Amino acid sequence: MAGEASALELVLTADPALWAIVRLSLLVSLTAVLLAAAIGVPAGAFLALTRFRGREATIVILNALMGLPPVVVGLAVFLLLSRSGPLGSWGLLFTPQAMVIAQTVLVAPIIAALTRQIIEDLWVEYRDELAAMNIGALRRVMTLIWDARFSLVTVLLAGFGRAAAEVGAIIIVGGNIEGFTRTMTTAIALETSKGDLPLAIGLGVVLMSVVVLINALAWGMRRAGERYAG
Amino acid sequence: MRAPASDLPLVLANASVMRRDVTILDSITLTIAPGPLTILIGPNGSGKTTLLRVAMGLVPLSGGSISWGGRENASPERRAITFQRPAMLRRSACANVRYALRAAGVPRAQRHTRAAELLSMVGLDALGARPARRLSGGEQQRLALARALARDPAVLFLDEPTASLDPYATKAIEDIVQAVSARGVKIVMSTHDLGQAKRLAGDVVMLHRGRLVENTPAAEFFTKPCTEDARKFIAGELLV
Repeated sequence: MAGEASALELVLTADPALWAIVRLSLLVSLTAVLLAAAIGVPAGAFLALTRFRGREATIVILNALMGLPPVVVGLAVFLLLSRSGPLGSWGLLFTPQAMVIAQTVLVAPIIAALTRQIIEDLWVEYRDELAAMNIGALRRVMTLIWDARFSLVTVLLAGFGRAAAEVGAIIIVGGNIEGFTRTMTTAIALETSKGDLPLAIGLGVVLMSVVVLINALAWGMRRAGERYAG
Repeated sequence: MRAPASDLPLVLANASVMRRDVTILDSITLTIAPGPLTILIGPNGSGKTTLLRVAMGLVPLSGGSISWGGRENASPERRAITFQRPAMLRRSACANVRYALRAAGVPRAQRHTRAAELLSMVGLDALGARPARRLSGGEQQRLALARALARDPAVLFLDEPTASLDPYATKAIEDIVQAVSARGVKIVMSTHDLGQAKRLAGDVVMLHRGRLVENTPAAEFFTKPCTEDARKFIAGELLV
């Protein structure tokens, strides 16, 4: 198993090219998750707490968007950002920013849909108490988001998992340019097709470890938080 | 610090609540004025909870009218309620009380001291740091009382605060309720426990099938009730 040995070697010797790829992957996916949370959490809370015509249809569509195929998102963002597209003048195609945009589009519906469910369940429990305390609309939303914070961390993790694992969207809008837009998943796809299995396996191991590590951190935070706040 | 306007007297005139075709409250006329503790009694499903929610302003009327201190549609300023199963915010016991204080408009500088006073009043001073949802049923009811008192209410509605509590926890709640009542807060408390009604009541309002059956001082209610329904209820017969 020469392949696995050299994969391990790459990781242990902290190959600079490898770490640049790891760093970019994390940067893109974490930024995308933060942006998607900034959009998805308020949107989900709004959907949970307001009643309007077409609300049910919106929820169904939002839930369906959780299964949005990454290549379709990639294609849509590609068309938006390409030279002749509506946002072509921004010159973002084949940059890390384009990858962040694509992953944000991919993750925001997941965060919004799950947030909607969590906030709505909590609202049923809190409704009477908050009404009795005469809590205004804005403060009500803040209270619900804050009190759902531990569940929402899990939602962010689901979003991060989705972003870190996908290759379809970022390979289309990023282009997998070495040293610039190459991430762990796009590199694995490339190296596998090139036949450089050691690098592909090394990246695979690192990707899995990073995902486990981030989940472990979030789990630890959640447990500690629950101990103090219930 | 607070508007002098009181939420009392609370006046219900022919107040009715319908849900779909079911009448939950049937033309209730009732005045709640400052004074001794009012016990709201009646079998399950008689409309006690709905009446308290109406009185708090949480349930709109289908017919009739309600006013607080002469004002209709008044937002709850000096009235508070505890529910039979109070929802605990996912924070410490003390943070639950501070939240209620903030909602009641108490300035930040005073919240810490006031929260400590309120927790001490309900006997939870040692448990302030504990997550509210980890408290026992009786402790949660006492915390709900502290939250309600944070509003400095003129009138306090208690919805079966001791249902499903053991005698020790019930005693703790009743002691707090009597202390609060003695300080001049008007208390309206629902129960289906006749013993508790006898221990606490100044006045008794009895509901049966959404109708007001009796509204009399406790002494009269228990010795010479006006209606057959009340007589049966006191005698321990099943009201169906």
